[in-house]
Amino acid sequence: APVSSEKLVGVVGLEIHAQISSNSKLFSGSPVCFSAPPNSQVSFFDASLPGTLPVLNRRCVEAAVMTGLALNCTINKKSLFDRKHYFYADLPAGYQITQQRRPVAVDGVLTYSFLGGKKRSQVVRKHVQIKQIQLEQDSGKSLHDDVHSQTLIDLNRAGVGLMELVMEPDMSCGEEAAAAVRELQLILQALGTCQGNMSEGQLRVDANVSVHRPGEPLGVRTEVKNINSIRYLARAIDYEIQRQIGVMQRGGTVHNETRAYDSKSGETIPMRDKEGLQDYRFMPEPNLPPLIVFEDNATLPPGVDSSQVVVVQKIKEGLPELPSVKREHLVQAYGILPEHSFTLVNEEGLMEYFEEVMKATRKEPRKVIGWVMNELLGQLKQQDMSVSQSPISPAALAELLELQETGRVSSSGAKQVFQVMWGSSGKTAEQVIQEQDLGLVSDATQLHNICQKVVDSHPTEVRFEITSKRRILFEALTDIQSCNNLLIDAFSPISCGTIRCLSRSLKVHKCI
Amino acid sequence: MSAFRLTGLCSCRGVSLKVIESSCNLSRNRRGCLQRPLLNGTRLFSSHSLNSKVNLNIIPADLVDKLERLALVDFRTKEGLACLEKAIRFADQLHLVDTSGVEPMDSVLEDRALYLRNDTETEGDSAEELLKLAKNTVEEYFVAPPGNIPLPKREERTAMLKHSEF
Repeated sequence: APVSSEKLVGVVGLEIHAQISSNSKLFSGSPVCFSAPPNSQVSFFDASLPGTLPVLNRRCVEAAVMTGLALNCTINKKSLFDRKHYFYADLPAGYQITQQRRPVAVDGVLTYSFLGGKKRSQVVRKHVQIKQIQLEQDSGKSLHDDVHSQTLIDLNRAGVGLMELVMEPDMSCGEEAAAAVRELQLILQALGTCQGNMSEGQLRVDANVSVHRPGEPLGVRTEVKNINSIRYLARAIDYEIQRQIGVMQRGGTVHNETRAYDSKSGETIPMRDKEGLQDYRFMPEPNLPPLIVFEDNATLPPGVDSSQVVVVQKIKEGLPELPSVKREHLVQAYGILPEHSFTLVNEEGLMEYFEEVMKATRKEPRKVIGWVMNELLGQLKQQDMSVSQSPISPAALAELLELQETGRVSSSGAKQVFQVMWGSSGKTAEQVIQEQDLGLVSDATQLHNICQKVVDSHPTEVRFEITSKRRILFEALTDIQSCNNLLIDAFSPISCGTIRCLSRSLKVHKCI
Repeated sequence: MSAFRLTGLCSCRGVSLKVIESSCNLSRNRRGCLQRPLLNGTRLFSSHSLNSKVNLNIIPADLVDKLERLALVDFRTKEGLACLEKAIRFADQLHLVDTSGVEPMDSVLEDRALYLRNDTETEGDSAEELLKLAKNTVEEYFVAPPGNIPLPKREERTAMLKHSEF
C-alpha cells in the first residue's frame, strides 16, 4: 500500500577520495602531475610488472596524519596494509593496496556550517563523524571508446596516493553534504595535503543515500557516483532522496545499486550492473610490514634516522591555521558578524580581497563588508565570476570608499560609480565621478545659498508637514536638483546638513 | 584457450589458502600476480569460528561457481574439486594448534621497520618500454576490451573447453 511521504527523511553518508598532494606516488617514485602525456608517468611497479615491490612514500603518511589531526581523529600508531582484489583494466595488479583492517586514523569529527534560517543569514553548525581515514592507491584512467568498442588505458594515475575518508551517515540532505564537503575542501587546502579540485578529480565524492522514517531502521541505500562539483553533489543527493521517497510512496522497494549522476538531466541513472555483490577477498599485503608512527620524540627508538620516522607531535605543532580559526580571527579582528566571516572564508579569494580593501581605507569594517557582500559578491554571483575575475581591484574599491567617506560622493552615488567602474575596467572612481558628474556638493556655504535660493523663490510651496520633514526636504531637493543640476542625497550624512539648513531657512521665514 | 589464473583462494569464512601445486591437476600458468613458487601454507585470516567448515565433504556448487568467477580459477573436473576439498582438509590441521593468547601474524617480517621513501621523483619515464609489452596500443594508450568480459556460464564453459588439453 502506498505510504505517505510526510515523515520520510533522507540519510546521507559520504565516501571521499582525496588525492594526496605529493611529488611522487604512494608506493613508487613516479611523478604526480595533472595532464601529462598518457603513460608517461608510469614505473614498472605502477604497471605491475613481476618482480616489483611497493615502497611507501613518507610524505603520504605525513599527509594522512596531518589530515587526521585536523579532523580530530585518533591516530593509530600501528596501521596495516591490505590487498583489495577486483578485476578491471585500469588496475594492472588485479588488486589495490589499501588499509581495510587498521587504517592510519579513526574516529574523527568534521564540524561544518552553512547559512540557513529564513533569510539564509544564520550560521548553522553541524557535525559529521569521520569513521576512518585510510591510505590507498588510485587506479589508472579508462577512456571508453564506444566507436571502436574498446577502452583506452592511461596508467599515469595508477598508484597515486589517496586518502579515503569515510563519513558516518549523519547528514540528511544535499545542502548539508555540500557544506560538509566545502569545509573539508577548505581544510585540505589549508593543510596543503590535497588541492581539493573536484573538477580535476583531486577530490572525488560518492554519496550513499537512503530514506527512512526517523526512529526506524535505515532504509536500503544506493550509491551515487560521477559527481564532479559541490553544486552537483547537492542536486544529485536531493534528486536521489526524492526519487527514493517516490518509489516508497508508490509502494515499491528501493534497490541496493550504484547510480550515476547525469548533470544534464539532473537525474541519477542506474549504472551497468556489477554482476551482483562484489567480494574483494581482502588479504594482508605481504610485502609491507605494519606502519608505525610515533607519538613524540621521547618514544623514538634509539639511533633511528629522522627520515625514517613520522612523529605525530611534530606534525601537530606544524598544523597551519584552519578555516574555523580563520573565521574566528576575522570576527575578532574586524568586529564583523559570523555569517559574514563565514562567507569571506567560504568564497575563494574573498577574504584576501576584503583584507586588501581594509588596508587602504579608513571606512569601518562593517560598512566595507556591506560593499563586499552586496555590491561585489552580488555582481560576481550574477555573472558567475570568481573573485579573481573581478574587474574592480581591492585598491580601486578602497579608493571609491574613501571618496564616499570624505563626502566626495554620496552612498547612492557611490553605488552608481561602482556599476560604471564594473563595466569599464580600469577607470578609477574619481574618473567616473567626474565623467558622470556624480560629485556631492558638500560645502556648507554653497548649500545654504542653494537652500536660500529655493526658499526665496518658492516661499509658499515649501509646505510644512509634521509627519514628514523628509517630504518637505524631498520637494525642496527636487527643486534644487532641477535648477542646479546637482546631486544631493536625501539619505546621506550630508543631507542632514541640508535638513538643518533648510529648516533653519524655513524657521526664518516663519513657515514652521 | 585456457583461462587459468592461479591466485589466492578465499572461502567465504575468510580463510585464505594457496593450492598445493604438486597434488593437483591444475594448470601451471604463472602469468598471474604471484611472483614466488607456490608454497603449501595457510593462514588464519580472522578469528571467526571455523567449525562450520570442518565438514567439507560437499562444497556447494554455487560457492564453487562464485569462487571461479572471482578468482578466475576453473575446477573443471571432479578431481579438481576433490583437490580443493583435500586442500581445505589439510589446512584444517591448524586447528590442532592452541593459539589462545597469541596474536596472529601477517608475515614473519612484522618486527622489521617499514622503510619510508623520500618524496622525490626517481622513475616513471618508461612509456616506450611499457607500451612495447602490449599487443595492442593506440596513441600511447593501452587498449582493453570495453568492459570486463563476463565469465561464460558453467555449461558454456564446459562446451568451450571440451577439446582443450586439460
